[in-house]
Amino acid sequence: MSTRASRLAGDRLLQTMSILVLALSLVALAALLYDIWSDGWYRLDWQFITSLPSRRAASAGIYPALVGSLYVLLVTAVLAVPLGIGAAVYLEEYGGGGRFARLIEINIANLAGVPSIIYGLLGLSLFVRAFQMGPSVLAGGSTLALLALPVVILSTREALRTVPMSAREGSYALGATQWQTIWHQVLPSALPGILTGLILAMSRAIGETAPLITIGALAYLDFAPSGLMSPFTVLPIQIYNWVSLPQPAFAENAAAGIIVLLVLLLTLNAVAVVLRDRFQKARQ
Amino acid sequence: MTTSLRPLVTRTSDSPGPTTPVKIGVTGLNFFYGQKQALTDLTINLHANIVTAFIGPSGCGKSTFLRTLNRMNDIIPSTRVEGRVLIDGEDIYSSSTDVVDLRRRVGMVFQKSNPFPKSIFENVAYGLRINGLARNRGEMEGRIENSLKAAAIWDEVKDRLTESAQTLSGGQQQRLCIARALAIQPEILLMDEPASALDPIATQRIEELIYQLKVDYTIVIVTHNMQQAARVSDQTAFFWLGQLVESGPTEKLFTNPAEKLTEDYVTGRFG
Repeated sequence: MSTRASRLAGDRLLQTMSILVLALSLVALAALLYDIWSDGWYRLDWQFITSLPSRRAASAGIYPALVGSLYVLLVTAVLAVPLGIGAAVYLEEYGGGGRFARLIEINIANLAGVPSIIYGLLGLSLFVRAFQMGPSVLAGGSTLALLALPVVILSTREALRTVPMSAREGSYALGATQWQTIWHQVLPSALPGILTGLILAMSRAIGETAPLITIGALAYLDFAPSGLMSPFTVLPIQIYNWVSLPQPAFAENAAAGIIVLLVLLLTLNAVAVVLRDRFQKARQ
Repeated sequence: MTTSLRPLVTRTSDSPGPTTPVKIGVTGLNFFYGQKQALTDLTINLHANIVTAFIGPSGCGKSTFLRTLNRMNDIIPSTRVEGRVLIDGEDIYSSSTDVVDLRRRVGMVFQKSNPFPKSIFENVAYGLRINGLARNRGEMEGRIENSLKAAAIWDEVKDRLTESAQTLSGGQQQRLCIARALAIQPEILLMDEPASALDPIATQRIEELIYQLKVDYTIVIVTHNMQQAARVSDQTAFFWLGQLVESGPTEKLFTNPAEKLTEDYVTGRFG
């Protein structure tokens, strides 16, 4: 009887502790959001979003940084998504667990953990200097694509692995080639999982500051980037720049910039979640 | 593992074989998963337009053998085949064999029904599309209707072709998988315990279907249900630890087997 009581007590203790830990992290997040919101909400208006940066905090805006972030993210996605999914399909479906494939696998897993500043240094010497792209949108997007690539590859492989063997066998048994099987059966089934990985990778890319500063993204830009070879800045750099200024009005601008960045992030995630659910439903 | 065992005598029953021609001729077939030998020196002829059943305990190699007949084992890494499998006199393991074409000619239905997560229509259309077997929409629809009719499921699904295949019952899903296999007009139909997950009524429907299909197809069915083997098959082969113990007309194998091992198995006196 007493052991049963003590087992129940232990069970309740663990449950209470789990709830406490969860509550703690939620409270911390809520406090952070509240703090930022209370600092920045009244700076949020159409003027803030459409204005160029300025020496006067009240008339400064985030337009170049917002457009820059979107541009860079687009380049990152265009490069990292097909390359990442392609690499994952090769490793999972064709590579066949040979020694070479295993070597690549270990390296990719390690790359996912490399500090982002290292990618910045690589981007600086490879894209900016060797390929003579300069500190452009293209160089920035390419650098972030390198950063996102391991995450895309790892999560896509995870998603491909969840497709049951029976789906592949059903396709092969009808005289499908390996590529037909991958294209018509495996990839569509894995798509929800792949999209989840893409959300994670793109969310990481959009929040990066260090590698873009390293490749020479500008802190102050009084025009929005107009093309791939244009110089650029991104939201995190703009925010970082404002935070480092002494006037309290700029700290409010930074808080408003963070809200915009968060909304952008949440919107992207929401779009991906909706897409994922639609694909999942379409296949049930 | 199996190689250390005393070799079993392989003998074919004395009564005359089926009158139809040999469709699949297997000679000296060995199969390995890595180092482990799963099939040892199989030699057997499978005849056209009859049903041949493979029986034997779990792990005896009957499913593995079935999957060597359409080279489905190719997709499992580090497997190896020795010996010859002739279909219509052509070695399917020769380097000139197109495995995609082979699988089009040798259809397969799996133990667990595996419809694609698509509509009923698209499930049957898939094989036709990838093999380019329908030139237009009308031909596609005609072939799909014929396949669903041949698999005795048309009446149940004709009004809901655009619905997801996942909404069908287990037995319907398995008949849909049979329809899908029939759509590309194979010559041989391999069935790997097709009714093992079904209730008696659904099982009976599948068995009736098999009986009708043998007019047009060469059918090989793996089953661990001996009553089923006795009901649906003309010829039966009994496997034990990766070896073929005995094969012959179903009736003889069940009533008057040549081998003591076969008799013990079919009468349930085992262990």
